[in-house]
Amino acid sequence: MSPTLQSLREQASGLARCNFDTVDLDTWIGEVDGLDGIRMRPGMEEYDCRNNRLLQLALEQDGFADALRAAAARHGRRRIGVFIGTSTSGIFQTELAYRRRDPASGALPPDFMYATTHNSFSAASFAQRYAGLEGPVAAVSSACSSSAKVFASAARMMAAGLIDAALVGGVDTLCLTTMYGFNSLGLTSARPCRPYSADRSGISIGEAAAVALIERADASLDADAILLSGIGESSDAYHMSSPHPEGLGARIAMEKALAAAGLAPADIGYINLHGTATPSNDAAEGKAVAALFGSGTPCSSTKGATGHTLGAAGGLEAVICALALRHGLLPGGANTTALDPALPLDYLLENRERPIRHALSNSFGFGGTNCSLVFSRAD
Amino acid sequence: MNSLLAYIDGIGLLAPGLDNWEAGRAVLAGQVSYVSRKTSLPAPAMLPPAERRRSGPLVRVALAAGAEAGAGHDLATLATVFSSSGGDGANCHEICEMLASADRQISPTRFHNSVHNAAAGYWSIAAGTMETSSVLCAYDASFGAGLLEAMAQVAVDGVSVLLIAADTAYPQPLRAVRGIPDEFGVGLLLSPRRSPASIAQIGVTLSDAAAGCMADLALEALRAAIPAARGLPLLEAVARSKPAALVLDYLEHVRLAVEVSPCGQAA
Repeated sequence: MSPTLQSLREQASGLARCNFDTVDLDTWIGEVDGLDGIRMRPGMEEYDCRNNRLLQLALEQDGFADALRAAAARHGRRRIGVFIGTSTSGIFQTELAYRRRDPASGALPPDFMYATTHNSFSAASFAQRYAGLEGPVAAVSSACSSSAKVFASAARMMAAGLIDAALVGGVDTLCLTTMYGFNSLGLTSARPCRPYSADRSGISIGEAAAVALIERADASLDADAILLSGIGESSDAYHMSSPHPEGLGARIAMEKALAAAGLAPADIGYINLHGTATPSNDAAEGKAVAALFGSGTPCSSTKGATGHTLGAAGGLEAVICALALRHGLLPGGANTTALDPALPLDYLLENRERPIRHALSNSFGFGGTNCSLVFSRAD
Repeated sequence: MNSLLAYIDGIGLLAPGLDNWEAGRAVLAGQVSYVSRKTSLPAPAMLPPAERRRSGPLVRVALAAGAEAGAGHDLATLATVFSSSGGDGANCHEICEMLASADRQISPTRFHNSVHNAAAGYWSIAAGTMETSSVLCAYDASFGAGLLEAMAQVAVDGVSVLLIAADTAYPQPLRAVRGIPDEFGVGLLLSPRRSPASIAQIGVTLSDAAAGCMADLALEALRAAIPAARGLPLLEAVARSKPAALVLDYLEHVRLAVEVSPCGQAA
């Protein structure tokens, strides 16, 4: 958390020219250093792949594993759900295995383990076993809204009385499927991505894992606690890989999140935009935000710093909203210098220091899936 | 823990040897013997022509099951839960094969069909629905995970939810590590209130008991082979129109106990 806060304070960007694996595309990526050197915890070796290595790293940051153990002791291991968002899970493991097929039979190599690496459930299953939990568990895989929507699944199960707490989060890691896939759609930029810029030209793919422990809010909340105060979900019903041009689905998700939080647009102190830096996403989202909030609400996309971490973006940006609320730091968007004049928003090019009570985070994805989350200070 | 309650207001089925719920109901009620044959996948009539052409097997089986379960209801008003144990196996194979070759230029359609929520996206377009859609994967526990998510949503949000659980066959060499042999799709329209459309009420709780099996050996083989087919014991109880208590497969540590109470006059 603290290096992330420091990077936000410095408006640093982690993007670099792509030299991942054998990828021969002219693009920039946000790569997490050192994953090749990570070893899975003993007993968890069957989960070994880039995606689960990164998730294990996240579970071990910031005293999170200790917090999980304490929660399990408090609630019981059956009463804690696990909901992990991912888009491509450990597909990179299968991509590598396909390079090592038996020349005669075409068989995949014997050391390849599909269920615990590639399958979309692998990360959620890994997180549950890592934490020693035995409650309901699922992967949420709705492309780039995945790890925003985990909060909705967890909140519903809590409200239904099935669980008392949940480990939620998201993880996605670099792989050829997403890099060549987004490239085929003309959606990757040859420069570091520049969200909401007039000359934005596409995404920079990043990788991330972000996890959170959520529990029912009770009277003993400490002042530093962050509340999940509203969730809004919608579908575009428009196109598989392009957003609704007026951002209608995005607007419905934001409206529902505000309504669930019992807040008016003016109550929101900062919006962490989906802001992928594709021409169509930022135009559609920008129109929806302007229609709902006007031009007075500070907002930015942090994807210039992190890249688009796809299924991990919702979780990662929830953490950034929590940092913004806790430290009164509204992060300026990295890389962007000249804003798109067609999008009349208070888009932050520089950091702004200002205490805020409520922040909204947008996550939208392929297939027209939208999720907005409102987070609030507890005091 | 209290039971999560909902009414089943519609059922859709497309499975090996079971072309729809009417055919499935007759087999599961014991009126007709089960004969397995390759699942036939209709091109989804509810999609616009361009999307229909691009739709893969997962989209086709999911939309067929969903359309049958939602027939007679305003699809645009229904929240959805999609659950699949792994998405479109054939499409995944094609992508991995291309990425291991000299020509890595996978097509845009192949790429957007590769997302786990492809069926949810096509459904939203076909049904014209802008409602909430949850898209889950829990490997072999995917049917149970989808049912639990849908039941929680019915209970908490007080809305009707269309659950669609669907799986596709995996080609070699993936078949060797994921042996799903054929397509299977099941749709359940779950509502918080009884209506003239209600077929049965179900109550779902978490349970330590072992999952039940199908008495018919061929149907049990189907249940065991395809994760989406783990819901067959529930369909069987509904088809027999008698009160029943059963246990559905879910996770290693926990299963789903389901009580089924027919509403009478089932169509």
